[in-house]
Formats: sequence, structure tokens, C-alpha cells
Amino acid sequence: MADKEANPSKKPTLLFLNKESEPLFSKKNRVLLTDPLDDNNPITVQVLGVCSALAITVQLKPALVMTLSVIAVMGASNVIISLLRNLIPNRIRIIVQLVVVASMVILVDQILRAYAYDVSKQLSIFIGLIITNCIVMGRLEAFALGNGVWRSFLDGIGNAAGYGFILIVVAFFRELLGSGKLFGYQVIPDAFYEMGYENNGLMLLSPMALITVGVFIWIQRARNRKLIEKN
Amino acid sequence: MGFSPQNCLVMNRDSNGYTFLFAAAMVLVVASTLAFTASSLKSLQADNVRKEKMQNILSTIGIQTDREQAETLYKQYITGTLALDHLGNPDEKVDAFQLKLNNEIKKPANEQRFPLYKAVVDNISYYIIPLRGSGLWDAIWGYIALKSDINTIQGAVFDHKGETAGLGAEITQQWFMDRFKEEKVFNSSGQLVGINVSKTNNDPKDTDKEDHEVDAISGATITGDGVTDMIIERLTHYLPYFEKEKTTMASIN
Repeated sequence: MADKEANPSKKPTLLFLNKESEPLFSKKNRVLLTDPLDDNNPITVQVLGVCSALAITVQLKPALVMTLSVIAVMGASNVIISLLRNLIPNRIRIIVQLVVVASMVILVDQILRAYAYDVSKQLSIFIGLIITNCIVMGRLEAFALGNGVWRSFLDGIGNAAGYGFILIVVAFFRELLGSGKLFGYQVIPDAFYEMGYENNGLMLLSPMALITVGVFIWIQRARNRKLIEKN
Repeated sequence: MGFSPQNCLVMNRDSNGYTFLFAAAMVLVVASTLAFTASSLKSLQADNVRKEKMQNILSTIGIQTDREQAETLYKQYITGTLALDHLGNPDEKVDAFQLKLNNEIKKPANEQRFPLYKAVVDNISYYIIPLRGSGLWDAIWGYIALKSDINTIQGAVFDHKGETAGLGAEITQQWFMDRFKEEKVFNSSGQLVGINVSKTNNDPKDTDKEDHEVDAISGATITGDGVTDMIIERLTHYLPYFEKEKTTMASIN
């Protein structure tokens, strides 16, 4: 990870009690939230978590639930790993991260099954596969193990939101063009269909998710020159 | 990694003893948290599954409902649940709704119990038969409702565990399930033929309702064959019961 950051304070920190006082939303902390939305987006810049981005973006609703689930999992596991960062034995740190992420995912899955059964059926294995989403483990290893609780929390939320932002944008276009609906409600008027408009069935297939992400990357790079490789 | 020696709070973090201690404590904490959550949410989850089953049963007779309404409507329309033996006699000792078809289906036919739901909507009675079979990757199941002539299909609903999304998994789509409506499971000479999910029926709109065939899904041949097989396999076991029902109906008329 290029953005690996050292602990900002060189003084010993006891769990989350940081001796230096810093406003909660200082500029440095805000960057943790906003950076993954654009400059360092997990999907379009780091190209992580693409598999699930293809699979669950046919409709907005599952994409939104997936986003919220990933935000919950990443926020919580970043906080837990950050809290334990001075206790975790170095040699089994990956196992510890995996156990923490896996338990968070199981919790989310169980809660969805109890309170949002239909969505949980729709997302089926993809909730379980949050465990394998490289973004989650990547942030634990690169950030939470070396940073304080609050900063790690922001970083987790930020990266999950950056991931979810792409999911929602892609799902918006796929549902709109593929089924003429948004959140399951018909938005393209019947008159259009009578005039010969047809839903684009191709939008429902995963290749179009990849192409939509590609178009997004194109627009993002045209707008944000920093992202263009120099050579 | 992002730790430095002066950050250490406790004993040497790299010693074997500490590593084992940490792992053991972690496993304990995680296991008890998850076990607690799972057991406290269990009743809610089981309730969802039960209501979904009612929802599926109701949808075969054309009653679409959300999960909240399912139980009320189920009680309103489903007039009887029977657990039949292989001779078509109801077994009073068995609760048909609780029968697990995936367990039953492994037993020899004469030990199985065959659940059957009877429904009455607007004074017309229906027979709803649960189905279970194999798709390409894993189990497929569903319900099929026959009209009171015990021949014409009122509706069918299918579900699956792990069929390929976009191909085999399409059997759960309404347009596929709708193809079964009005099809007949007995041929003109009274023989049970079931419904063939066919790639060669030359009837893509399924307008011919006398051909015992529905149009298959491209790329889902094995799942489609699984649907064909499970319909005929399951219905066969209900033949003795159907015979009895037909005789009773004939005697009433």
C-alpha cells in the first residue's frame, strides 16, 4: 500500500488515549474520509474488490445494503484491530485480522437474516465474501495496525464509502438502463416503451458492470489529472 | 509493521507463550460472541423461513403477499395439510408443514411421507404439492398447485440453493414460473407425464397448453432437466391419493 502512514505521534500511546489533542475532524483526519472517495478509491484507483462490484450491482437495493454492510464491517474491524494493535502478537497478526473480519461478517449476516431476510437472500454468498474483499484486510494491515482508534475508524469508513460509492453509481446505471427501475420502482414512463424503447438486457450482465466501472475511471481521470501515470 | 518496541504494554509480544495465550483468549471471546448472537436471533430467522414457505405456497395459487401478511393469509386460504404415505393415506401423526423434504426424499418411497396442502380460494379448491430435486450444482425445490381437476397447473414456484446466477438461477424468475400456468400434467389417456422443460418445443411463448412442455432457458439445460425430473418424480408418489380424490369427486357428482 502506497499510503501507509506512520503513527502521527512518536510518544507512547495507551490504547486510544492519545496524549496529543487534535480536533476530531482536523484536516488530516478529514482526508482519511475523503481521499478514498476520489484520489485513492479502492475500486477505480487501487482496483480492489472488483468481483463483488460486478456481482451485486444489478439493482440499487442490494448495492446499498452491501455498502452499509461493508461500512459496518470495515469500521468495526478497523476499530477492533486498532484497539488491539499493541497487543496482537506479530506472528499471528494476519490470523487475528481474519478472525476479526470473519466474526464481523458473520454478525452482519446473522442480523440481515433476522431483520432483512429478502436482501440477505439476494446478496446470498456475497455477504460472506466480504471476508475475502481485499479492501478490508488491506486497510487493517496497512492502516489500523499502525494508527489510533479514531483515525482507523475514519479510514475504515472512508474506504468502505469509497467502495460503496462506486457500487451505487454502477448499480444506478445498471438498474436504470437494464430494467428501467430505481430501487425497484418503475422510473421510465410506460409511454417510452409504447414508443419502442426497450430495456437493455446487456446491462444486467456482469460485463457491463466492468464497462461501467471503466467509463467511471475514464471520467475520473479526465477530471483528476493527478491519477494519470506519468510515463 | 506499524509498531515500535516502546509501544508494548505487556510481556514480550513475540514469545510463544504470549501468542498462544492471545490466540486462546481471542477464540474464546469470538466464539461466545457469535454463539450468543446466533442463538438470540435464531427465533427471528426461523420465523422468516417459515413465513417465506407460506409465501411460496400461497404464490402458487396466485396470492402474492409480503412476509408480514403471509401467516394470516395462509390460515385463511390453506384449509388442510396432509402427510400422505405411499398408498395415499394421510398420516395423522406427522405435521406436514414441518416435514423436511430433503430428509424424506432419501428414504425408500414406502417410508416417505408426502406433504400436500389443500387450499380453497373463492370456493375453488387447489392441491399444492411441494417439489424437491437436483439442479446442476445443488438442490432445487418448489411448489406446484393443481386445480380441482387434478390436472391443470394453477401456478408453480421454484427456488434453488446454488444454481448459476443468470442461467440456472433464472428458474426463480416470474416469467419462467408463469410458463407453467395452465399446462396439464396428465396426457389425454390419463397417464401422468408431468411437464417437460424442453429446448425443442418450438413454442417459445408457451401458447400451446396441451403439449406438457414449457420452453427451457438457454444455458440452463441441466437445471431445466432437474425441474422436469422433480415434477414427474414427486407427482408420481401422489397418484394413489389423486385416484382416491377423483373417485370421491365422481361419487359426489
